[in-house]
Amino acid sequence: MVPFAGWEMPVQYKGIGDEHKAVRTQVGVFDISHMGQFIVSGRGAEAFLNRTLTHDISKLAPGQGQYTLLLHAGGGVIDDLIAYRTSEREYFLVVNASKISEDLQHLEKQVREDEDVQIVNASSLLAGLAVQGPKSAEIFRQVFGDSAPYPAHNTIAIAGTEEGILWLCGTGYTGEDGFEFFMPESRSEAWFRKIADAVIAAGGQVCGLGSRDTLRLEMGYPLNGNDLSRMRTPLQAGLGFFVGLEKGDFIGRDALLKQKAEGLPDKLTAFRMTGTAPPPRPHYPVFWKGEQVSEISSGTLSPSLGYGIGMAYLPIEASKPGTPIEIEIRGRAYPAETCKKPFYRPSTT
Amino acid sequence: MSNVPDTLRYRESHEWIVPDTESASVGITDHAQHELTDVVFVDLPQIGRKVSAGDQVAVIESVKAASDIYAPVSGEITEVNEALNSEPALINTDPYGRGWLFKIKPNHQTEVAALMSPEAYKSHIG
Repeated sequence: MVPFAGWEMPVQYKGIGDEHKAVRTQVGVFDISHMGQFIVSGRGAEAFLNRTLTHDISKLAPGQGQYTLLLHAGGGVIDDLIAYRTSEREYFLVVNASKISEDLQHLEKQVREDEDVQIVNASSLLAGLAVQGPKSAEIFRQVFGDSAPYPAHNTIAIAGTEEGILWLCGTGYTGEDGFEFFMPESRSEAWFRKIADAVIAAGGQVCGLGSRDTLRLEMGYPLNGNDLSRMRTPLQAGLGFFVGLEKGDFIGRDALLKQKAEGLPDKLTAFRMTGTAPPPRPHYPVFWKGEQVSEISSGTLSPSLGYGIGMAYLPIEASKPGTPIEIEIRGRAYPAETCKKPFYRPSTT
Repeated sequence: MSNVPDTLRYRESHEWIVPDTESASVGITDHAQHELTDVVFVDLPQIGRKVSAGDQVAVIESVKAASDIYAPVSGEITEVNEALNSEPALINTDPYGRGWLFKIKPNHQTEVAALMSPEAYKSHIG
């Protein structure tokens, strides 16, 4: 068990490698109760969220969701999150555990006096589970039967069941097919047992934080606190797709436009180890042309590929795929090269 | 239950050493390999290096973490297990056999005798 944003969470149950493989080939279940949920509602909710988040939220019809970012005025990242539109005037935001109070404070400060916007922090009331892997739909049908349709990618449905109200989401953090769902905290243990039993019976595994990290990193998905920070913009993080620069004003937009005009100073770049080497890990120094240019933001040994993979903010010149770099590990330089994301392409999506 | 052979001595940081020999094999215990899970890389010490008891001499890496390995006694490193460079998982599959890490020539056999007995190590890992 390790402390994580005020929670005690297991790094692994059976072992990172086995759990990772289960998600890639069968199915796995993750406890994601630590994550935060805000319900934002009111006549002004759409305009409010479009002013505070980067992606164009007006594109969402009820039942749809999108990955988006919360920036400060300087363009740096406070948090990355998923915003779902649950009805014409209501949104469900899923945020990082370590950022709940910071996000909430920031959002509440942005509500104008004349604006009809209510923000409810449901984080301590809701628990959550993520089911990920090729057999996710099979698990869903076993557990939910015909009471709810399998959530399509980036959608949300609210279902009333005997085990409480559920938010069923077609999202995940592994690159595999799957779903996440949130439930009243009081019903979480019953749901966990039900899902875990179905997952294990299907040849899957209960998964911890360790495999959650190796799975997301194989996809090149950023982790806030490692790969995202207040010091760097989503453009530097390669997340421009999730920034609606054309949608009108939002917090951080001016800074992003300025940075775009001036050129990016660096870019979050994927790399892989090219020889026998220890696994690359966060904060190891990164060298290019003999000079230290950065440090690793995320790194691990890829269980699917069998070699070390990672990400680091590199000068634009060095970020081109195929550029040789070196990673310093315990005083020794090991060869690596920059490459494209994702590192691994799941067969199911 | 972890395997704790009766013939070895143990350090509280989970290294084992073969007692009463000029060149003693050192490795990590079954309990330790189980905690570390799949070993993916091993950094071994230089042959000829003179170390004091408690010096960090090797690093074992799993996907989870990098773990320091300490010299159980003072002495000189006389041999390292090169097989681990190509097959680090030997530490998981055979921690007391083919997964040995290095051999050390102890300066004082009294230091070896002062390490934990199998019984003491068993109660140490609970």
